[in-house]
Amino acid sequence: MSKKSSESANAFQKIMKKITATNTSLLLTITIAIFLFMYLFAIIFVGGSFTKPQAFLDILNNNACLIILACGMSIVMITGGIDISVGGVVALVSMCCAVYLDKRGGSVLGAIVISLLIGLAFGAFQGFLVAYLDIQPFIVTLAGMFFARGMVTIVCEVPFNVEHAGFVALKDSRIEIPFLGSFNRLGQFIPGSSEVGVIVSLIVVVVLFVIMKWTRLGRAFYAVGGNAQSAMMLGINVRRTRFLSHLICGLMAGIGGFVYFMHVGSGSPAHATGYEMNAIAAAIIGGTMLSGGVGNIMGAFFGVLSLATIKNIVAAWGLQDAWWTGITIATMICLFLIIQSIVSAVRSNKKR
Amino acid sequence: MKIFKKLIGSQIMLPLIALLVLVLFNLIWDPSFFAISLGANNAGDPILKGNLVTIFDYGSELAILAIGMTLVTAASGGQDISVGATIAIAGSVILRIIRGNEVNVDTMKAPLIVAFIAAVVATMLVGAFNGALVSFFKVPPMVATLIMFTAGRSIAGWINNYDNIYIGDPRFKIFGGVVPGFPVPTAIIIALVCMIVIALVLKFTTLGLYAQSVGINEKSAKLNGINPIFVKFLTFVLLGVCCAVCGLIQTSRLGTINYSNISLNIEMDAILAVALGGNALGGGKFNMASSVLGAYIIQFLTVTLYKLDVPSTAISAYKAVVVIILVVISSPVVTKKIKEMKSRRNAKEAARKAGVE
Repeated sequence: MSKKSSESANAFQKIMKKITATNTSLLLTITIAIFLFMYLFAIIFVGGSFTKPQAFLDILNNNACLIILACGMSIVMITGGIDISVGGVVALVSMCCAVYLDKRGGSVLGAIVISLLIGLAFGAFQGFLVAYLDIQPFIVTLAGMFFARGMVTIVCEVPFNVEHAGFVALKDSRIEIPFLGSFNRLGQFIPGSSEVGVIVSLIVVVVLFVIMKWTRLGRAFYAVGGNAQSAMMLGINVRRTRFLSHLICGLMAGIGGFVYFMHVGSGSPAHATGYEMNAIAAAIIGGTMLSGGVGNIMGAFFGVLSLATIKNIVAAWGLQDAWWTGITIATMICLFLIIQSIVSAVRSNKKR
Repeated sequence: MKIFKKLIGSQIMLPLIALLVLVLFNLIWDPSFFAISLGANNAGDPILKGNLVTIFDYGSELAILAIGMTLVTAASGGQDISVGATIAIAGSVILRIIRGNEVNVDTMKAPLIVAFIAAVVATMLVGAFNGALVSFFKVPPMVATLIMFTAGRSIAGWINNYDNIYIGDPRFKIFGGVVPGFPVPTAIIIALVCMIVIALVLKFTTLGLYAQSVGINEKSAKLNGINPIFVKFLTFVLLGVCCAVCGLIQTSRLGTINYSNISLNIEMDAILAVALGGNALGGGKFNMASSVLGAYIIQFLTVTLYKLDVPSTAISAYKAVVVIILVVISSPVVTKKIKEMKSRRNAKEAARKAGVE
């Protein structure tokens, strides 16, 4: 009996050691724990739609674009930069695709290529300015945001819905997941359904997670963000790494833009306002530090889920006004920032 | 000639060149751009009219913000992105006190000075919150102010219950219009006063020196007896005061407030002003005059674009192009290349001279 308990205590200690081994894993664990706690809280105290699995799928459906953006943002932030142009790029991509499909009679495949090219173009240009000309990322991507937002209205000023047949078919296609279904009031079984964009976002999360965790490039991102000087001494091409981080973030903005476009099915200058800040907030909640070198793609994923959950809880309580969401999200960011600062303070004390 | 040489190497050169280009462009395009005439506003008071007056009038908020933003940038090495939201809070507080318990008022229910002081206190609290996060908790400024950026406008709406307020009192409108009988817009004068105050502060106190030394190297500043936490905190509080002044001007211009639209994106323009002024966004040395000049250049650019019939929503794209060109010109790599080219040419000339002799 006593042996067994000591064994389990040992196992517990091992897990704790693994969790507290690095800032990254510790912050990630905190994020996941808080998300699970929040979701359980919602199921128990808010009830309603939260008890159905479809609620979770809806969170994914509505935030597929944000998940992709937050992943790209995390990579840039881990490398020690920032990209605030992503929201503008998303709006530009959806407007260009909308115009291309409806007014130029293009194909869906062409629209996908356009969105990827726009994203890559923004990423490459900004990355070049940041990495090779040594301009602050904030100011470069700020200009990128201005440019994208302005270009949206130059491309087309009025919002409109896309009626292209092939695209509408793609937009309305759902992937049904029978084991996540539930019975409605009439007793009919409704299978859970998710949009195509969710699959894309999950693939992106997995691919980027693998890149960041197990490839040379991924570790180079962490090294450059942690300390550019020592990364250079280790033989890492710092400029190229910085450039690639922005390129990936731009590409993610392009993919995210098309996913967003698939979700809303329209082009409008008002699309994706504030998405850049939401993506940054999600990355921070996910344990990515703006100072660089610390962070995780999974964290960004859970960060988006946490943000969406708290929004839904606030809405379910009947506090529909936009300002309640603003205040709760702000409180949440504040909480996580303080956790981060405490974690790093405790750690630096330990080192001494 | 000596002054000229000194000017070429200095930081203020970049905004000056930008200004020169803009002025020349407008002179060639349409010389009447610079005409100033004496007109009358809706109330019948004399007011100066013309593009130049518009630039200085509507650029005053930006100039005032640029003052605070420069200090924050210098000391903390980051920018405050919550200034737009803070201005919304300031405006909301001012209207809340002036309107009393009614929604539409024709005369102020409370003295304006009380409302203004309340707004200053409110924005100083916001600044203190941001400053505390940055200095005590060591959060990067952009992230710390992200909190107020998301919550600020919501708080502003909450202060006034999202009412559509209208203040019709002509005395309240002085700050966004003109003092009866004096044709220069009041906002210009307020901005001028702010500039004089900050110039005196920088001249006669050590604030500027302390802010720079904290920005350049926090540890060595601390070893020299400067308290970096206090200096950073102070700069954020000062930026809060600047926001209160802007809030007063903004609400006074319209007599009302749109919680989600007041001073939208002004934080971006304020940061641009600092960057255009040639100040390092990573903290350290700053030049207040060139920041303020940068603010007016941004307004100059905006007005020029309006004159060219660019739709207001598309202006940001053109602004972005100009900004990119400016930052590329002033980027360390490009300036280094230019310097190298110059020194090579000098060396060649020297060699040729030596050969002749």
